[in-house]
Amino acid sequence: MIALLIILPAGAGIFALFIGSDRLRRILLLSTAITQTALSITAWMVPPAPALGGWLAEDALGRLIETLTSVLFLAASFYAVAYLREERRQTHSDFEEGFLFSNAREASFTACLLFFLAAMTLVAVSQQIALLWVAVEATTLASAPLIYFHRHHRSLEATWKYLLICSVGIALALLGIFFLAVAATNPDGSTIALMVPDLRANAHRLNVPWFRAAFLLLLVGFGTKMGLAPFHTWLPDAHSEAPSVASALLSGALLNCAFLGILRVQEISVAGGIAGFSDKLLLIFGLVSMGVAAAFISGQTDYKRMLAYSSVEHMGILAVGVGLGGAAVFGAVLHVINHSLTKAMLFLVAGNFLAVYRTKNSTEISGALRVLPVSGVLWLVGLFAITGSPPFGPFLSELLILKGALDHGQILVAIVYLVLLAVIMAAMAAPALAMAQGTPGAHISSPPERSLTLTIVPAMLGIAILLMGIYVPPVLTRALREAALVLG
Amino acid sequence: MSSGSLLPLILAVVLAPLMQAVITRTKSVLAGRIGQPLLQPYRDLWKLLRKGAVYSQTTTWIFQMGPTVGLASVILAMGLVPFGGSPALSGFTGDFVLIAYLMAAGRFFTVVAALDTGSSFEGMGASREVTFSALAEPALFLGLAALVRQTGHLSLSPVLASVSTVTWRHAAPILSLTLAGLIIVFLAENARIPVDDPTTHLELTMIHEVMVLDHSGPDFALIQYGAALKMWLFAAIIIGVAAPWHFGNRWIDLGAALGGMLVLGIATGVIESSMARLRLLRVPQLLLVAIVLSALALAL
Amino acid sequence: MNQLINSILVLLVLTGFMLLSSSRLAACIRAIAIQGVLLGILAIVIQVGQLSVAGVLLPLSSAIVKGFVLPWLLFRAMREADTVREVEPVISYNLSIIAGTAALGVSLWLGHRLTLSNQPPSSLLVPAAFFTSLVGMIVIASRQKALTQVLGYLALENGVYAFGAAVALRLPILVELGILLDVFVGVFVMGIAIFHISREFDHIDTDKLRARTARL
Repeated sequence: MIALLIILPAGAGIFALFIGSDRLRRILLLSTAITQTALSITAWMVPPAPALGGWLAEDALGRLIETLTSVLFLAASFYAVAYLREERRQTHSDFEEGFLFSNAREASFTACLLFFLAAMTLVAVSQQIALLWVAVEATTLASAPLIYFHRHHRSLEATWKYLLICSVGIALALLGIFFLAVAATNPDGSTIALMVPDLRANAHRLNVPWFRAAFLLLLVGFGTKMGLAPFHTWLPDAHSEAPSVASALLSGALLNCAFLGILRVQEISVAGGIAGFSDKLLLIFGLVSMGVAAAFISGQTDYKRMLAYSSVEHMGILAVGVGLGGAAVFGAVLHVINHSLTKAMLFLVAGNFLAVYRTKNSTEISGALRVLPVSGVLWLVGLFAITGSPPFGPFLSELLILKGALDHGQILVAIVYLVLLAVIMAAMAAPALAMAQGTPGAHISSPPERSLTLTIVPAMLGIAILLMGIYVPPVLTRALREAALVLG
Repeated sequence: MSSGSLLPLILAVVLAPLMQAVITRTKSVLAGRIGQPLLQPYRDLWKLLRKGAVYSQTTTWIFQMGPTVGLASVILAMGLVPFGGSPALSGFTGDFVLIAYLMAAGRFFTVVAALDTGSSFEGMGASREVTFSALAEPALFLGLAALVRQTGHLSLSPVLASVSTVTWRHAAPILSLTLAGLIIVFLAENARIPVDDPTTHLELTMIHEVMVLDHSGPDFALIQYGAALKMWLFAAIIIGVAAPWHFGNRWIDLGAALGGMLVLGIATGVIESSMARLRLLRVPQLLLVAIVLSALALAL
Repeated sequence: MNQLINSILVLLVLTGFMLLSSSRLAACIRAIAIQGVLLGILAIVIQVGQLSVAGVLLPLSSAIVKGFVLPWLLFRAMREADTVREVEPVISYNLSIIAGTAALGVSLWLGHRLTLSNQPPSSLLVPAAFFTSLVGMIVIASRQKALTQVLGYLALENGVYAFGAAVALRLPILVELGILLDVFVGVFVMGIAIFHISREFDHIDTDKLRARTARL
């Protein structure tokens, strides 16, 4: 059952490479996404048995991330099908520099999407730390071609940065895993298997200095992938150059998977009662990320880059939440869901803007509410949600993290956190509101005929965000609590 | 080390030009020529000594003193270097530092003499010589320090005496690194390819030779002879490390060491025939590599 | 045995310096290839006395991939991109060598400080592993050609692998294979990217890619 979650998209990916017909391939993509989501949801009712000798198993945290990934993938694949239909033309002219470029083959794009899903699922269900590493590296390799969908030099640069920086980060994470293996070697020569449950059960027997070094390396390694500052430099490029549907998946799903890598180690350090060190590191990196994001969002005119930096900010918030411990952890895990839904929606809406306005510069866009009424409203919803305004989901989770900080007497952290949130809200609101309001420029006459799917998908996500702010279903609360429990 | 031996010094004084002849002969043979007789360097020296010296009007006594001091310092240094199992004439704790600085003193006077001519070419050569030797010196010191650390002695004679085939068996990486570093220093200090080409006739590309362009007659003989001795000195240290056979009989040991010198001479000839001179800008890099090799040997 | 391990490690360090000091891409690729083979031998030699079939086959396949397959790929990329040397590194070759020496010092210091519960057979093992990783990072940070950066990544990976060998890490075969596969596919994808970069820019200078770095 668990193995099926990985084999299904991987197999579909291989098939997609060999299917000649666009129609059939799109059907394959959609049906895989639907089946995957159905399987993930079934897993909530009938917990699947561990596979591969316990290497693949779903715990509360893994299941949350896995389900979130497949739901987002479902949304993204519907959007992608509509998007690909519109992008069918042979050549496109670049709206920044005016040259002509072509797109990557649709078959390889679809196949990479599916491989990407398989790799992310493997990350979510892997209980073996080294296997988790293999899967995280696989996500990099599967998603790099997605960024290079538009074949031109800017996307190529972004792809290169992404590949190289993430690979280097991941190599450091591997060193961290080796350190972890050293920490798991007892003086008498016996070793603890590198499985999350084993390591948690024997966490008090770990060699503490080695474990700390391992945590630091893993935090840097997976943190690179997750977009924690100062290792985030690949992120703005990749997110702004990738097609919006890929950006949505990168921001909404991939970053969570990298975060999960850090959480797995944090679980171990909580179980061993040695979380003081890791908490401090997470707090520092989290606040630095928020600070860097605030600095770069201010005055950012490229709205996709703005969203990318906002992802850096929210990864920082997650790190802060986990680093604070207690109630904040619950908030952080909830925020994983909220951020993913919101950011994915924002990127999809940004994709719609891009298609109509043909510019990434927010100062050249105005009157979105008139030109694209639904997308315009969704843009505002997303803006309010992502900056933490009630009544949307992110407000709730960010508040819980703040409460956690105050509960623990971390007044300084709370103040910095609030100030940075306020700065980012102000910095994002000004350009984003200007994009929605006003009168559209003269050259934007009427929106060309566009598929309805392109607005329905983000609208569904928007509804989900609103729901998450008003009512968190009890089954989700239970899972969140269970996940938060192992993280302190 | 009171029981010094004159033998190493005598051998050096007598045989040093022969080593240069071996290198030249090797290069000739590899190039398909017959080559000059092995005694040619001696004849050249004799010829130069019989000639008169020409001094430019702009030069002073410094110019005339350079070659003499240069030769004297090398001979002094030679007195501290053992050869083939025979200890050096003299030896004391830290004598290898003195060796290095005697060489530096000799170089200093050669350089000053070159500057004294006021010729821009010689100034250029002098500046290059100083630059490269500044890089070669740490390599030499680190290499010697690695040997000192490995053997636990602080004077060159016992250091080389205690390097043996046994040492090689348990410290091969260290010794080979030291050796590689020393060989680069050997090539650089003696103005051989790939650092400098002793036979080039383009002043612009020369390093050592351009410095001594203005010397003539007996002065030039002293310089040539000093260069031969300097090469012998480095070669003796290298052979002391590379061919550490101690058979018990000093004459056999000596023969082995002389054989080693012959091999080193031939090897140098082969290197010179098979490699091109490095671009001047790349020379510091080669010397840095020598430093790194020696440092690595010391660190192990 | 110890002599053999030490010699391999010394050679490993020297290939690191080769990578740092050479401007010829071919020489750099060869350095990486030699590293791959050396590491394969090292991983086998280190477990003499407790050899298993998997314990030989895995290092062997890793040596083949890193020593022959990847270099072949990189040589192809080099020919396709029509570049022979790294022209203007961010820091000069001399400085790179000095940085390498500093890295060596740091690695030795670290190696002496860290205490392992099972002592590796040579005190040089952990420092050499760290050194190789550091060289990789120096190369990635200081070179502009995409190909050289890939070489830096491989050196980093080799260092990590050497550390694994040093602490006699026994990862499950599946994971070892996964890691090897990841490295292979990673370099493969990077090779494709290099091909595209060379077509797009006529040369593979990543510095020229930075049209928009100022905007970050």
